Amino acid sequence: MTADPITPVLTKRWLSPNSWQLKTYERLEGYTALRKALKGTPEQLVQLIKDAGLRGRGGAGFPAGIKWSFMPQNEDKPHYLVINADEGEPGTCKDIPLMMADPHSLIEGCIIASYAMRSHHCFIYVRGEALHCIRRLNAAVREAYDAGYLGVDILGSGFALDITVHAGAGAYICGEETALLDSLEGRRGQPRLKPPFPAAAGLYAAPTTVNNVETIASAPFIVNGGADWFRKMGREKSPGPKIFSISGHVELPGQYECPLGTTLRELLDMAGGMKDGIPLKFWTPGGSSTPMFTSAHLDTPLDFEGAAEAGSMLGTTAVQVFNETVSVPWAVMKWTQFYEHESCGKCTPCREGTYWLAQILERMVAGNGTEEDIDTLLDVCDNIFGRSFCALGDGAVSPIVSGIKYFRDEFLALCNTNKASKPELVGARA
Amino acid sequence: MSSTEQSSLDEIFDADIVAKAENLMERYPQSRSALLPMLHLVQSVQGYVSQEGISFCGRQLGLSDAEVTAVATFYTMYKRRPCGEHLVSICTNTLCAALGGDAIYKAVQEHLGEDGKPLGHNETVGEPGSKGSITLEHAECLAACDLGPVLQVNYEYFDNQTPEKTIALVDALRAGKKPAPTRGAPLTDFKGAELQLAGFFPEDPIQYRADVDGPSQAVETLRGAQIAQDRGWTAPVIEDVPLPEVQKK
Repeated sequence: MTADPITPVLTKRWLSPNSWQLKTYERLEGYTALRKALKGTPEQLVQLIKDAGLRGRGGAGFPAGIKWSFMPQNEDKPHYLVINADEGEPGTCKDIPLMMADPHSLIEGCIIASYAMRSHHCFIYVRGEALHCIRRLNAAVREAYDAGYLGVDILGSGFALDITVHAGAGAYICGEETALLDSLEGRRGQPRLKPPFPAAAGLYAAPTTVNNVETIASAPFIVNGGADWFRKMGREKSPGPKIFSISGHVELPGQYECPLGTTLRELLDMAGGMKDGIPLKFWTPGGSSTPMFTSAHLDTPLDFEGAAEAGSMLGTTAVQVFNETVSVPWAVMKWTQFYEHESCGKCTPCREGTYWLAQILERMVAGNGTEEDIDTLLDVCDNIFGRSFCALGDGAVSPIVSGIKYFRDEFLALCNTNKASKPELVGARA
Repeated sequence: MSSTEQSSLDEIFDADIVAKAENLMERYPQSRSALLPMLHLVQSVQGYVSQEGISFCGRQLGLSDAEVTAVATFYTMYKRRPCGEHLVSICTNTLCAALGGDAIYKAVQEHLGEDGKPLGHNETVGEPGSKGSITLEHAECLAACDLGPVLQVNYEYFDNQTPEKTIALVDALRAGKKPAPTRGAPLTDFKGAELQLAGFFPEDPIQYRADVDGPSQAVETLRGAQIAQDRGWTAPVIEDVPLPEVQKK
């Protein structure tokens, strides 16, 4: 059986009036999964999420059930569940609409996941700029306490849980899970060395699991529908539905929840095609940190394996579509300026590297570059990739390396116009 | 801390703010976790994180000024200079920029500038804090790419902007009006937004409800769900199945 092109699961309540209120949620099967989960054991829930093959929706795609199983079975120290709601990857805009439209699905997921991991305190770390989400989540938490879904002895099960909604303060790096934990502890958000992994020593050095919003919001549906139901959507190694956020030069940008493995050609078809019929030039499968694709990748299945085999990553399924009017070196420069600004400064390759990359690209785009700059860029990228403390550095080089791979001529053209005049000294060589 | 410094802090941050700071500390297993919300709290009082604000957080949490400063300067949402009544943040990341965000930012800079000098990043037009004053900034991706170009006023979304729309918006703000955001709560001011970021919401139930129920159901947000409904597409039907059996250890 093939699933429909759009499979609303997480997004199915979004059309309902006041979808964010408890009474709407309860009318539409809300908190039924929690009742079912609390009758089972934590081990059963971990097994269920493993069986379903749910993979992390924050970008890396790590199997959620395996992650949950890393948590110790004893409770020698308090356990924590931390929700990464620090959505900030350029192009990514799925968690914020989810939290606005259906905050209770996240709350219910948090309670189920906390029960499965024997946690009694869950934190939702929300990006500070997402004020309306913070407001809606707080309201949802308040409603959940009043209805007995949170607090001591939830629904008479004896299980107790508190949820704290925590606002960030504008730092992309806090989307990195260990930087997020440092930030949640009231420090500068800088990544930690792993190991130890958070399951061994996370928040306050206690066992901690950090999961993305979309991952946790999927849990109630899996509890109700079972692993086989979940696997009716998507592909064998990347099962389930996924919110694809289509933005840029398309006729109908928006949120489309489709089975994993859907292609850009299919997405574009649903999204009304390219805006004004201007042809596609390049696109990202999952945010700016995932190497760009071109029109040669229209039929690449967008799941974790498909995107990787084609030389990119699935990331957050933030599909940013750019048409022929957009200059690749310019787009790459803009993204690089972002990474330069957001580099936390902890490790040298990323801090210094992004700084130089931005300067070189700015020179090139201004028409003052030389051919050698292309090699210099790639050389600096080589010194950042795999040599940085966290994945921000790897992400920073993605647009540059992939941009030069597919559109070297455009970078060259920027420099050729400059050949006649006297090129400026290359910044990185000075 | 000398007694004069102490009393100056008590003047700026009254008993209500002290109580709120203590409330924040109770929300976490370790009090230092309250530092980020507390910095939002001091910003809600003064419109920026001042030296006094830093000392206040340090005093509440038993941290040195240097420790608090290290944190405050790391995050872009903590402003080191007094902000206007409103903070206008225009996304100039790649996608919004390609759709016109750069042009919007430039147009607003020039429009709000004085004596032929465009208003710069993090600069304020009008006396900071006075009615109609605006602090302008270019922002990184605001996670509303399907609604780009976007901007925020006091962190409420104004979607699908054009230079003309944005200039009309900032003119209205300058004139003391508070246009309704596309998505979010009715506008108050920057300080009011900061109080909510600190975790304190209106106590008046009518205002609280109006804030929470502020619009969010943009056409773009609902697009996929709407198309599915129109075409009769659904996820596979859910049938109640038991949880998997696991062996007892």
